[in-house]
Amino acid sequence: MTESTTVKQKMPFRIRIEPRLSEPPAWYPALVSFGALIVALVLGGILITLSGGDALRSYQHIAKASFGDIGVISDTIVKATPIILAALACSVAFRMKLWNIGAEGQFIMGAFGASAIVLIPVLPADTSRWVFIPVMMIAGMAAGAIWGFIPGYLKAKFNVNEIISTLMLNYVAVAWVNFWIFGVWTEGGFQMSPKFPNGASLPRLLELSKTFPAVRGLTTHLGLLIGIIAAIVLWFIIFRSRWGYEIRLIGDNPRAAQYAGINITQNTIWVMMLSGALAGLGGMSEIAGVVHRLQTAPIAAGYGFTGIIVAWLAKLNPLAIIFVSILFGALILAGREIQPSGVPKMIQGIILVCLIASDFLLRYRIIISRGEE
Amino acid sequence: MISDLFTTTVLIGILASGIRLSTPYLFAAIGETFGQKSGVLNLGVEGQMLLGAFASFYVALTTGNLWLGLLTAMFVGALMGLAMAYVTVNLHAEQGISGIGFYLFGLGMSDLLFQKLMGTVETVKGFPEIYIPGLSDIPGIGKIFFSQNILVYLAYLLVPLAWFVLNKTTLGLKIRSVGENPDAADSLGVNVARIRYFTIILGGTLSGVAGASMSIALLNVFQQNMTSGLGFIAVALVYFGAWSPIGVLGGALLFSFINSLQLWMQVLSIPIPSDIAVMMPYVVTILVLVATVSKVRAPSALSKPFERGD
Repeated sequence: MTESTTVKQKMPFRIRIEPRLSEPPAWYPALVSFGALIVALVLGGILITLSGGDALRSYQHIAKASFGDIGVISDTIVKATPIILAALACSVAFRMKLWNIGAEGQFIMGAFGASAIVLIPVLPADTSRWVFIPVMMIAGMAAGAIWGFIPGYLKAKFNVNEIISTLMLNYVAVAWVNFWIFGVWTEGGFQMSPKFPNGASLPRLLELSKTFPAVRGLTTHLGLLIGIIAAIVLWFIIFRSRWGYEIRLIGDNPRAAQYAGINITQNTIWVMMLSGALAGLGGMSEIAGVVHRLQTAPIAAGYGFTGIIVAWLAKLNPLAIIFVSILFGALILAGREIQPSGVPKMIQGIILVCLIASDFLLRYRIIISRGEE
Repeated sequence: MISDLFTTTVLIGILASGIRLSTPYLFAAIGETFGQKSGVLNLGVEGQMLLGAFASFYVALTTGNLWLGLLTAMFVGALMGLAMAYVTVNLHAEQGISGIGFYLFGLGMSDLLFQKLMGTVETVKGFPEIYIPGLSDIPGIGKIFFSQNILVYLAYLLVPLAWFVLNKTTLGLKIRSVGENPDAADSLGVNVARIRYFTIILGGTLSGVAGASMSIALLNVFQQNMTSGLGFIAVALVYFGAWSPIGVLGGALLFSFINSLQLWMQVLSIPIPSDIAVMMPYVVTILVLVATVSKVRAPSALSKPFERGD
């Protein structure tokens, strides 16, 4: 008779949500991210099943098509390489709470800058690789840095929202490259430039197959090494340098940074340029390591957006980005063959939303206590 | 030749298709205006549009009922809005990033459903043109303004309606106060969470309609990534239009007229690189932001989660 009231009074548990006052233990964020990843894969699996697919087979296929043998592992790493650099680009901007959504455009401009060296041509086609590659790297980074400078300057001087300006610049970058490959550098009227000379391509593992037969057919290129070095350098900048300290302080507590006399305006511009330069380097690595000609579709393939997810999943840690990028390289590689083709993008979306949502658990404690009160 | 552009028929054609092409921008950007006015930046518009475009197309294709298709798009958009609202309002997510997640989700999910349920590109007979008696016979003007499909008319009715709701009603006052000063609004008894849920779901619904306006009224097909960035432009249009429905209308028209001009230039094979024309709206948007940033102010609480300080 009094059942409903008793139930109400004797609620076995109470749930309270409180802001965290102390830092959680070091393993906790990793555990939360891992949990979010699992939740995302389960949600994705449910959606695949509901739309008439076979979730388990899709996932198995992703695993096999990306880690099944040494050849596909190498292909996975090739896919991961541009993601590493794009994610590093996002991570340094996000560290300062600058929402650079434009790694995509900066990546494209980096590819353009590197290609311009070959196509103008700044260097003759028979230039040695050891001259070509460094010059292309510098050009790619410079072009990306310019594409980061614009929104950085507009943010610093006029307080123009960087999310909007970087988004707009993504589209400008695509149209800019389209203009050049269609109007100026076209090959036979197609929307692509002629193929680059050999000197303008990054060395690949398979080139060593005469001495080491084991690497025959492996497409992994020097871009991986560039990415890893960039990650290590960025780690030192962020965690071991004065500049990195300033960036972190501005991100965590802009008011304190201002009181400490840190120049936020200048840092905004420099960080956006560094971010753009890293994304631009990614574009250079992709164009010189994989595509070997300037062409829009394989360059504007969403690496900049995947970089956002990877940066977030890696908690903006440059070294963690390397490993997370390989997971996403796998997802994208397998995605090319997997049917239906929307799965990788959809899963990436769910992962990002789950990750962002799971940050709640880092900032708040959920306290479950026994009834009463 | 370039002089071909300046014949009456072509000019009327450019203007008429400009008006028509502005529909998806208007639905999506007006919806986004409500969200931003209440302090929420929804970057997932593109994803909501794609799912709306697919849902309405698929339902229209299988049932033959366009209105049912439109309703489905609204429902799907609202559902996406609900998810966005939960993540934003309850979980205090970083809005600039979570929106990209919703975008990728919509992009992939609409593609997945397209592959599973249809597989090939098909066409439907979309909403027909409605000739408004009398008005549509006026030379020039009639063709431009009064011979459009129903969604075009609805989009243009939505602009004054949105202006009225935001500026002249209690609900609008609540929305604006929640976006300007949620603490004050809260202390006066406005339910901040409820208002934001409302605006985000409304925005999702309208984004769904925006998608439908492409797949079952403008183009009458569904293709993967058919919105190709239109949803992101809609977000920028809200900044462009300084958070006013009338300003948003101006921005939408600028974008759609440039699109329409460029389409006609291709039709007439005028040798001006269309990629340069494609670039212009984006560049103009950035320039407008620079020019207006000192004069207009974004809602103070835009993209800041609300926490009740006890």
